[in-house]
Amino acid sequence: MKGHGRDDATPAAQAPGGPGPAVSTGPAQMDALLPVPTPLLEARHLVREYRVGGAFTRRRQVLRAVDNVSLQVFAGETLGIVGESGCGKSTLGRCLLRLDDPTGGEVLFENRDITRLGERALRPLRRRMQMVFQDSYSSLNPRRRVGDLIAEPLRVHPAPEGSSRTAAAIRARVEELAELVGLSAAALSRYPHQFSGGQRQRINIARALALSPALVVADEPVSALDVSVQAQVVNLFADLQERLGLTYVFIAHDLSVVRQIANRVAVMYLGAVVEMGDADAVLHSPAHPYSAALVSAVPEPVVGLPDRRTVLTGDVPSPVSPPSGCRFHTRCPAMRPVCRSEAPKLRPLGGEFRSVACHFPLTAA
Amino acid sequence: MTATPGFPLLEVEALTISLPARGGGWTDLVRDVSFSLAPREILGLVGESGSGKSLTALALMGLVDAPGARITGSARYRGRELLGLKKREMQLLRGAEIAMIFQDPMTAFTPVYTVGAQIDEQIRAHRALSRAGARARTVEMLGEMGVPDPARAADRYPHQLSGGLRQRAMIAMALSCNPSLLIADEPTTALDVTVQAQILGLLRRLRRDYASAVLLITHDMGVVAETCDRTMVLYSGSIAESGPTDALFLQPGHPYTAGLLDSIPPLHGPRPRRLPAIPGAPPSPAQRPQGCSFRPRCAFNHAACLDPPPMLRRGRQDIACVLPAEGRDLPPRPMASFDAPVPA
Amino acid sequence: MLMALLGRLGQTLLVLLGISVLVFAVFFATPGADPTARIAGRNASPETMAAVRHEYGFDRPLPVQYLRMMDKLFVTRDLSSFVDHGQKVVPEVLRAAPVTLSLVGGAAAIWVAASVTIGTIAAAMRGSWIDRGLMMLGLVGISMPVFWLGEVANLVTQSRYHHSWLFSWVPGLGYVSLWRDPSGWFAHLVIPWIVLAVLFIGIYGRVLRADLVASFDEDFMRTARAKGLSDSRVLLHHGLRTSMITFVSLFGLDFAQLVGGGALLTEVVFGLPGVGRLTYQALNNLDLPLIMATVMYSAVFVVLANAVVDLVYLLLDPRTR
Repeated sequence: MKGHGRDDATPAAQAPGGPGPAVSTGPAQMDALLPVPTPLLEARHLVREYRVGGAFTRRRQVLRAVDNVSLQVFAGETLGIVGESGCGKSTLGRCLLRLDDPTGGEVLFENRDITRLGERALRPLRRRMQMVFQDSYSSLNPRRRVGDLIAEPLRVHPAPEGSSRTAAAIRARVEELAELVGLSAAALSRYPHQFSGGQRQRINIARALALSPALVVADEPVSALDVSVQAQVVNLFADLQERLGLTYVFIAHDLSVVRQIANRVAVMYLGAVVEMGDADAVLHSPAHPYSAALVSAVPEPVVGLPDRRTVLTGDVPSPVSPPSGCRFHTRCPAMRPVCRSEAPKLRPLGGEFRSVACHFPLTAA
Repeated sequence: MTATPGFPLLEVEALTISLPARGGGWTDLVRDVSFSLAPREILGLVGESGSGKSLTALALMGLVDAPGARITGSARYRGRELLGLKKREMQLLRGAEIAMIFQDPMTAFTPVYTVGAQIDEQIRAHRALSRAGARARTVEMLGEMGVPDPARAADRYPHQLSGGLRQRAMIAMALSCNPSLLIADEPTTALDVTVQAQILGLLRRLRRDYASAVLLITHDMGVVAETCDRTMVLYSGSIAESGPTDALFLQPGHPYTAGLLDSIPPLHGPRPRRLPAIPGAPPSPAQRPQGCSFRPRCAFNHAACLDPPPMLRRGRQDIACVLPAEGRDLPPRPMASFDAPVPA
Repeated sequence: MLMALLGRLGQTLLVLLGISVLVFAVFFATPGADPTARIAGRNASPETMAAVRHEYGFDRPLPVQYLRMMDKLFVTRDLSSFVDHGQKVVPEVLRAAPVTLSLVGGAAAIWVAASVTIGTIAAAMRGSWIDRGLMMLGLVGISMPVFWLGEVANLVTQSRYHHSWLFSWVPGLGYVSLWRDPSGWFAHLVIPWIVLAVLFIGIYGRVLRADLVASFDEDFMRTARAKGLSDSRVLLHHGLRTSMITFVSLFGLDFAQLVGGGALLTEVVFGLPGVGRLTYQALNNLDLPLIMATVMYSAVFVVLANAVVDLVYLLLDPRTR
């Protein structure tokens, strides 16, 4: 799998380290029956707005955290979502799992519109899609043992038809999960505070996997960890994907981590996707000036690099009143008059899965 | 990138910071740390959380206030001993000669005063200036740190500024009395990468514009690589390795440094299928293993590691590991990712 | 800003309306609580009952009764007591209000000054025996009931040691208006002030100390020290100023409830004819108009104080602006 199958027809076949283009494992096989790969998860013109304004200030404003985002996630692949704080990537992640209610647009999971499903109708789907958060500590109840925490989803959700969940079956499953994420059996009877950040994130992952989901949305799952531990958890994500055929949406601000784990990336700026495509293509030859600036700003642990940095000036504008036209024009080093008046649409660029929202993309094809 | 030669600005010798241990005795949080800093030099102090890097900096500032903490060794600033300095004398030094900036500029400013008022306060604590005089200096400093419309920004409260502007204001405050040494504790960790790039650029400029030396504390090897003249790697309270940044990054001498560098996913070049991660986690200071504290996580662990590692010199690097003495140097790393295309 | 103030005023009025309806409902519209019987007295003849009912409007629908009540309370202000026939209720409350305000205002000044001093000193010397001693004292102050402390104070200053040089200046129990005799006003009130303040000095001193000690761990306190400021400047200018935000919100609520009649025990013990004592009397006789008036008065104060606290909050904490 050298070169990560950059020329493969579908990203669905690009499970990292997968045996070959046509074969994938786990849930991806279901899709293999269909002639055209259908996405496991799809967002269509997704919008999430918040009303902002204090109790004393009467001015109520609308903050568009997610602005008309359309994307597809194929079975077995990892879609990385990158962007700076406040770009809406976390909100997007929550909307994709319906942990947050979109204001507009649609979310389709396994070809089913889940945008307006009620909580009861969502419940059976919840087992198929799980989330892992950044803060490994606050998402674990400190007063419960690790074994119980991992078992919780098994106890809460009814067993699939034709099987039963006895206490023994749950215990066996919990032990299996612990082994899967690299926790010792002894760990199960201890409490979250007795673990390091990396171990706690393993617990969170085990819990997310308890119901054998098809999709895991991970929101900055390694950014609170120290580098040496971060690498372990990144490896764990990759191993689990390979073994279980998982599909990931991996949200992070760290471009190198995303590049390590994602097949494709979407770059977000002020609520919108400005560029999307194969991870190495986007990160090595970015087409959008913002992606380019983002990549060039990453300090690399290598000496002797030529200074080829495009340092952006100023700060990200407020999402309450985004700039007219192209939302990046206020900081863009290649801004031209049309950028101020006309908002560029996300349009295909070269390859099938590459698209960019820029009037003057940096790479042509 | 070589250090300016000359008399050291700061000389730290055998700095040890301990807390009373449960059940008697002492737990060393920082152990036997020695280094020196030349004028206008940028020294990077890297380590993971709990490595003692922030505590080292706080000890230099006389700001360690954990109850019962014991600080031994010596830290001489321009030949003057800082440890055990009288409170009043330390206050005269702090902010004027040695300034410090912190990780989160949001919480590091007092929320109820304007940014300008807080900078004025520092200037007036050290200089006999009128209110108006101090404010003029404040506005000048904010302007020099690249804060747009500095006079207006000075009248704003910390929460009204963006993260990047807050950190600029923090640096403006730290530099307002022209200190010779700036200690920056994770100054860009709370910031986005594009803003981080701006702030690091600012820090690199300090030596030229203000003749300041910088002690940069960070966990980010990337930040060190592109900012620091020399680098010192801390592991579990002790120095694992120190040396000129280019030498240290080209051929790390300590397996921990090498492991740390390897576990960072590369942004360019071939993508490893798995990251070469360091197994396990750093020990807590109270439960360090015997001998080298990196021993349980180290791939080169052998009998000699049961003794405390000696600090050995190899070329321009100081390495707290027996491998160089045994003639088993770690392999050099690639110079730079040459296949990284230069963006148009 | 003007809009914000107007909005706040509207909210205040709405709250007052709610409270008045609630109180009215409890006393007048509760089944079995026929006010006519109370006013007319026991064993009154049906004719008398009918006359009273008509006179007070109890034969009208409830909303009308409510409106008449409010009209008498706020517009014509001639609502009269049921028990003390002819005694106008509103002037009675207005006469009692300055007494309570004098008592609570003075006590508040003492407790704010004392608790800020104690809390700050204790925090500055945290861990020392001075800190521990002050906090112990605070706890003692909290645990002494105000009526007991008041009685002890009376015993000491009024009888046991009244003739000693120390307490010979203490006048008898009661109240003298500030305008008529300022020094007498002070002499009458200084002991009640202290007695009422003791509890709050204890509470506020401890709260402030805890808040200040917690603030030493704040990043901005470390920054202030790193700037080379003196310890006292760090403590007062940065620590205390920030801790004042919690202090003030606590203070506003306590002050309001005391002015609204919460200083009842102190007033009774020291024979001060304040609102608390008036409420106490009204409740004893189930004098509905008087209860209505005192409750509304107290509600006005609590709501007003809340509004003031919110405004002070805006001044103290720029983040809420």
